[in-house]
Amino acid sequence: MQVFKIPDSIKKDSKYTFCPGCDHGIAVRLVAELLDEMNLTEKTICATSIGCSVFLYDFLNIDCIEAPHGRAVAEATGVKRARPDNFVFTYQGDGDFASIGLAESMHGALRGEKITAICINNTTYGMTGGQMGPTTILGQKTTTSPMGRFVDTYGYPIHIAEQIALCDGTAFSARVALDTVSHINQAKKALRKAFQVQLDGLGYGFVEFLATCPTNWKMTPEDAHERVRNEMIKTYPLGVFKDVTSD
Amino acid sequence: MPHIVIDKNRCKSCYICLNTCPKGLIKKSSETSRLGDYLVEFEDKNNECIGCAMCATRCPDMAIVEVHK
Repeated sequence: MQVFKIPDSIKKDSKYTFCPGCDHGIAVRLVAELLDEMNLTEKTICATSIGCSVFLYDFLNIDCIEAPHGRAVAEATGVKRARPDNFVFTYQGDGDFASIGLAESMHGALRGEKITAICINNTTYGMTGGQMGPTTILGQKTTTSPMGRFVDTYGYPIHIAEQIALCDGTAFSARVALDTVSHINQAKKALRKAFQVQLDGLGYGFVEFLATCPTNWKMTPEDAHERVRNEMIKTYPLGVFKDVTSD
Repeated sequence: MPHIVIDKNRCKSCYICLNTCPKGLIKKSSETSRLGDYLVEFEDKNNECIGCAMCATRCPDMAIVEVHK
């Protein structure tokens, strides 16, 4: 009995162009698996971002619309309001969602837009060379904080899943990780819920994935996953911060 | 019989699967990719694989394209 195969929502013969060990590959696969399992592929429209996350539209058999940097939630809002029968989600990195697009991301949640937003948080600007972002954790060295991120100069990292959960229009907000098999299974469960709240018309669904960037962290993929376990999860605790279906 | 299928064209030699298989059935191959990195191979002489799919779950490149139980 076959228990695993490449999801049908993945384009035939497409190959990931992410760096070796990059967790984007797992996140995209989870999206594809859920689109298959929830029978959404044919009616899905994705608003894509700028950054490594943008490559998603090279791999998925769905319609995508490219947004200016950080504006994916704003575009998804327009798409969903114009075509409410379609399933609409955004797939963004932390720089796109929580820095450049913070206003759009938050106001989408405040308006209670019936879309699903996905943020891949690797604590750095991956595509442009590993600069410090708002999610860079304290003490982390990046190309623009070579001595580490210090509070006095750079302030505190943003806890985006908790912030989104505070918005009244949010139906579901969770933070998950992709470092172990059990965390990946929990991530899929959370993403399914974030998809379902949109289908049920309950409001804004959001999932933040803690992910690795081995290239810019200058680590092997397994060392990068160790860092997720030992450092990132301490700063960004995993969990469901809002779920209107369980209230 | 439980087994996995590895697509060597998708593998980027990140070696996450090596540490993931609880039976240690995936190891570095002597074959290299076009970039010169050692690929991985599945070897199960004693039929130890149970088709848990943990390797496929963690593979970031879907290089483990099939898991049979």
